[in-house]
Amino acid sequence: MTTKTNTLTFGSVEPGLGLKKAVAMSRADVIGEVGASGLKGRGGAGFPTSVKWNLAAAAVSDRKYVVCNADEGEPGTFKDRVILSDYIDLVLEGMTIAAYAIGASHGIIYLRGEYAYLLDGILQALADRREKGLLGASILGKDGFDLDIEVRLGCGAYVCGEETALIESLEGQRGEPRNRPPFPVDTGYMGLPTIVNNVETLAWVACIMAKGAAWFKGIGTEKSAGLKIFSVSGDCARPGVYEFPLGITVAQLLAEVGGEGAKAVQVGGASGRCIPAVEFGRALAFEDVPTGGSIIVFSEKRDMLEVAKNFLEFFVEESCGQCTPCREGNAKLLEGVALLEKGRCSMKYLKELCALGETMQLASKCGLGQSSPNAFLSIVAHFKNEIVGRTVRSNGHNGHGERSQS
Amino acid sequence: MTQKAASTKSASRAPASQRALAIDASSDSQTIGGLVSVTIDGRELKVPMGTSILEAARQLGIHIPTLCHHEDLCVAGVCRVCVVEVEGQRTLQASCAYPITSPIRVNTHTRAVRQARRHVIDLLLSTHYGDCYACVRNNNCELQSLAKEYGVDFFRFGHPKEPRYSTDQSSHSVIRDMNKCVLCRRCVRTCIDLQEVGVLEATGRSAETKISTFMDRPLGEVICINCGQCINRCPTGALRANDPTDEVWAAIDDPTKHVVIQTAPSPRAGIAECFGMEPGTPLTLEMNTALRRCGFDKVFDTNFTADLTIIEEGTELILRLYKALVKKEATALPQFTSCSPGWIKYIEHFYPEMLPHVSSAKSPQQMFGAIIKTYYAQINNLNPENIVTVALMPCSAKKFECNRPEMCDSGYKDVDYGLTTRELAKMISEAGIDLPKMPKSDFDDPFGKETGSGVIFGATGGVMEAAIRTVVELVCGIKIENLFDHADVIPVRGFDGVKYAELPIAKVGPVPAILAHLVPDWKWLEGATLKVGICHGTANAKKVLEDIKAGGKFSECHFIEFMACPGGCLGGGGQPIPTSPSIRAARAKAIYSEDSRSEVRKSHENPAVLEIYSNFLKDGPCGHLSHKLLHTHYTPRGKYIGSAGGI
Repeated sequence: MTTKTNTLTFGSVEPGLGLKKAVAMSRADVIGEVGASGLKGRGGAGFPTSVKWNLAAAAVSDRKYVVCNADEGEPGTFKDRVILSDYIDLVLEGMTIAAYAIGASHGIIYLRGEYAYLLDGILQALADRREKGLLGASILGKDGFDLDIEVRLGCGAYVCGEETALIESLEGQRGEPRNRPPFPVDTGYMGLPTIVNNVETLAWVACIMAKGAAWFKGIGTEKSAGLKIFSVSGDCARPGVYEFPLGITVAQLLAEVGGEGAKAVQVGGASGRCIPAVEFGRALAFEDVPTGGSIIVFSEKRDMLEVAKNFLEFFVEESCGQCTPCREGNAKLLEGVALLEKGRCSMKYLKELCALGETMQLASKCGLGQSSPNAFLSIVAHFKNEIVGRTVRSNGHNGHGERSQS
Repeated sequence: MTQKAASTKSASRAPASQRALAIDASSDSQTIGGLVSVTIDGRELKVPMGTSILEAARQLGIHIPTLCHHEDLCVAGVCRVCVVEVEGQRTLQASCAYPITSPIRVNTHTRAVRQARRHVIDLLLSTHYGDCYACVRNNNCELQSLAKEYGVDFFRFGHPKEPRYSTDQSSHSVIRDMNKCVLCRRCVRTCIDLQEVGVLEATGRSAETKISTFMDRPLGEVICINCGQCINRCPTGALRANDPTDEVWAAIDDPTKHVVIQTAPSPRAGIAECFGMEPGTPLTLEMNTALRRCGFDKVFDTNFTADLTIIEEGTELILRLYKALVKKEATALPQFTSCSPGWIKYIEHFYPEMLPHVSSAKSPQQMFGAIIKTYYAQINNLNPENIVTVALMPCSAKKFECNRPEMCDSGYKDVDYGLTTRELAKMISEAGIDLPKMPKSDFDDPFGKETGSGVIFGATGGVMEAAIRTVVELVCGIKIENLFDHADVIPVRGFDGVKYAELPIAKVGPVPAILAHLVPDWKWLEGATLKVGICHGTANAKKVLEDIKAGGKFSECHFIEFMACPGGCLGGGGQPIPTSPSIRAARAKAIYSEDSRSEVRKSHENPAVLEIYSNFLKDGPCGHLSHKLLHTHYTPRGKYIGSAGGI
């Protein structure tokens, strides 16, 4: 991979050290250490990793699963691809530690279908670990600590990044999110306790065990500890994969990647929020602007209505079609964008669409539908003057630049 | 928390996304005695752990609207009409799918809740093509009711002006108009989970999602068993039965045609619901008058051929047992009943190798058609060409059955049209008849002598009870009342999905005249124990068939009753909508009370049955003529469908 990166901590962590330390500890202490680090899920939702693990550890079952969510599908996100290709051992080590902590004997990597080219590398890494006794029975000589990991390929559905849809897909069903509760930690894959963790989360777990919780906790903000990998793309001089401490402001990040002068930044991919220039002082942290790591920079030249349209087209394609608000709502919002393009969306109807967006956030069955109107709503909120009052040129093309100056 | 094993995956065939997964009730320390407190709109209630918010609200008399929820089905939580606010939760929760496991406070009509529900309804209407007044479900449509309840007075997000899909009319039984589908997936859950057939499934994503069949084939070309349970659970007019009322009216209007209707037991226990009456109000005799006023020339009771079925099928069973026990010849046992056409299509598709077990006796509907166009035509000097036979059935599969190519043993199409209860109600309304106010009148002779045994064919276990009444009396030479009070064979009654009963034959009597040509005596049955099984709904049929294949207790049975529909015929796909366990229980009560009021309650005592064996079917039960007219054969279809029309 030739994706540009700054120096990632992953490159300097001693392989195997975290796992060695972990198996020398009790299961509860491992979870305690992860808890002390303040690590929260790096996929975007930001659920405390140790809480998830504790719930799964408390579930009584003779079989439990650790699933690595490698279905990186969020538009503008490509950091897991780099981690999987360059630091796969760290991810597998994190999975092994997680399995030890919750008492799981089975691991599954759910690999995005488009990342099939990484499969051979992952399989090789798994084979090497089996060879070294880092997978299999009695890992590192620890009696009763057995684990093997298999890889399953997704088929290109964005929704399968949602953990319950991912589990449905693993079970051979249509990738559709489940009703929650119960949660996978209790009733997951095949009805058994399952934790689903993001690729990056697992890699950090290995680092935390190697370098200690205090090291991680000492970085970032109080509520958002540690380092985060960002996928930066769009109108900036140096797009690529970056490691920054959480709590970095949008402006600081833009300065690092050569994105000064941007009009707006989409944080968190299609399901994230559009941050206008006036808010670039905001922090990228769970307590302010939460993110799974996708940063898309929009320069002054970008048409924000086109941005909203692009994201909505994505959701109209990717909604699983199960629940009404997401299935029909995204299509209605996209139709609304088409009306705005033609300058034919009344302010009253735009208000109606924003209310619909709120309903989608509140009433959709899963995170996809709940977050799908975010980009549209934030663009309407921050760039209203840019998107309303458009006219249609005589040649029928969208009259961007001919909008009224109201 | 209890130990989970790898095999704890639910037996449900619906994917977990289309179910509310069970919550382990023993896991929470906040609960005492398995009860948990919930406060809904300020009112507190204690409910068992895992109770849904919807269920708790209903107990408090608080109405929460629903659409994808159905009492008979697993919980999907997909329509989002029933969302409520659970304090402390960031998003609204589907009340049908939210199990209460800790004390929570719920608000059912906050501004956000009302707005969300209204939006969901508006969104559904924005893709729901069609006009209410041109719809079979006008006035009995859950989407229409919701729109009314939420005061929809304009289409906020538009309304389709053009249909997206062509209507699938390929099936004799079920018509699908996906333009009216609201994707609640009740049909999918009915097919895959309730019936375990699995013909319907959601395909495509997002706004392209639609309910489809294997490779999007027409319904008439896939392994649909025509049970119509999906119709009964569809909230809109997207699924409906193939309606032949225009043809029936045309026959009535044609003076050269002699139009005869036979009426099955279940419609009379259900039709009152179509006229706004309580479920379980029988209108048998009022319906007879209404049918005559509609213009039917004769109104007969299908119970006559139900009784005939008992004699034919019972005789076949005796012959199979004689062959197996006395002659020691290979014989397919247990014998399976054959009156439910949905069940027949199910076994033809799913267990074709077990077809030799199925009784060759036709269903009562088809026996009746064959008798009308032969014996009845003969004694009334009518040209069968001019007779039109209509069957009033609780069933959509009967429409397919009467169109089976082999059902022409009279030399004509034995049964011309199958009408459902709903369709007859429409005809009665169209004729300006107020059914509940009709004077009572009897069925016409010669096929109007009803027996209680025929009536109870409508309920699960009814065929078996009728068979037991007859077999015990014919074989043991004693009155059934000696064994069961008031001849009510209680062990075979009730709504358990699978039932099993044993009946010891302690002593035998003389062989009655009607069977004397078939067996010399009953000595070979003395001391034997008759083992019978009963199941309803094809999911239960599957359980029984798998048990037989595995050599379980049902493989030891002699006779097993199978009904395709939950509850038996009274829950058939042609019955009034809606359906629920309590509605079916009320219909069953009506059926059993009609049985207990009957003067004659045993098939072999039906005078019309005795008459037809002495006047027409002179070589007796399972004789040459009855084999020609009253028995049939089946088609091993399998699950792999070839070219179009191969089903």
